[in-house]
Amino acid sequence: MSKQSDQPGMNRRQLIGGVIAATGAVTIAPGLILHAVAGNPQQKKGASSEKRWGMVIDANKCADGCSACVDACNDEHNLTGFDRPATDAQWIRTVKLKDKQTGHINRMVMLCQHCEFPPCVDVCPTNASFKRVDGIVLVDRHRCIGCRYCMMACPYKARSFIHEALADQSVNAPRGKGCVESCTLCVHRVDAGKTTTACQDACQKEGHAAILFGDLNDPKSRISQVLKSNNSTQIRADLELNTGVRYLNL
Amino acid sequence: MRSSFFSRKCILGLLAGAALAIPAMQAAAQSTYVTKGSKAASEKSCVAETSDIRRNHMDYMKHGRDEVVIDGDRTGQYSLAGCIDCHAAKDASGKYLPVDSEDQFCHSCHAYVAVNPACFQCHRTTPEKRD
Repeated sequence: MSKQSDQPGMNRRQLIGGVIAATGAVTIAPGLILHAVAGNPQQKKGASSEKRWGMVIDANKCADGCSACVDACNDEHNLTGFDRPATDAQWIRTVKLKDKQTGHINRMVMLCQHCEFPPCVDVCPTNASFKRVDGIVLVDRHRCIGCRYCMMACPYKARSFIHEALADQSVNAPRGKGCVESCTLCVHRVDAGKTTTACQDACQKEGHAAILFGDLNDPKSRISQVLKSNNSTQIRADLELNTGVRYLNL
Repeated sequence: MRSSFFSRKCILGLLAGAALAIPAMQAAAQSTYVTKGSKAASEKSCVAETSDIRRNHMDYMKHGRDEVVIDGDRTGQYSLAGCIDCHAAKDASGKYLPVDSEDQFCHSCHAYVAVNPACFQCHRTTPEKRD
């Protein structure tokens, strides 16, 4: 974060020498420099690659007629609509699945599955769609050109395109016309060190506790324990995307 | 003879130019840069040396946005939300005025230098109060 200057500095060579010394680079032959791996991962601020954030949704606990998680998400990120359901942004939605043979109805919520191998990232022409080192799949709106390739590529229909100019967005989720967006796993909360998402809190408050958020990489976390002791499902597991969102009793 | 005529003309031109430029410079020097009634008006300086922020705020924010969005590091010294929290002024009824509305903090300078930043297509323009 150095000050940008139009003029080359007089001490530029000193600086380059200093940088090489600091990173522990070794010159083994003229023009051939061996760099030591710099940096201690524990000192690094922000997202950590040691974590993989995910979610478990228990379809049996998801109550009919309840939309607390959807409302909480809309409130948390100030997802205001224009009363046009076909185009209004939707980060999480309730889904009913009916088995035609038995008549059994399953309820669950669908949101960005935060895949390990996200198709939306593969197709993005500007690298706006990306996966953070901690597994959260996001759109960098500074780079998004609104081409909507990612929406086409997503097997879960998890993304929305913003068609109209917005105002009074939340600081939690800056968002605007011409960009694609989807569930961020409440990344602003994760970065603030919180351990729950808005939808999880709302579901808990309603007494259903169908949503559980946590670190999939930590074997001691509650989410890992639940996944270890229950039979969970990935939606469209055949695509081998290794989703971060898993379902129970589906 | 001819050359001295030329130089005299040049000097006259320069003087005329200076005469025009001085009032503009004075006006710039007199303006306070912060909007009356904003939190910033009561602060001694910005989050860094004010002259530094004035010159380099766009670079700081451009670095900061990648740190926040891609690396998830929100501990940086500079943030657009921080600018807005501090520099938004209130109207007579105590309601916050958008920083990009006419004569408000962001707009006033950017209009003067004919810059049209796209920040506020996505970012809110008033401090956010959440319950």
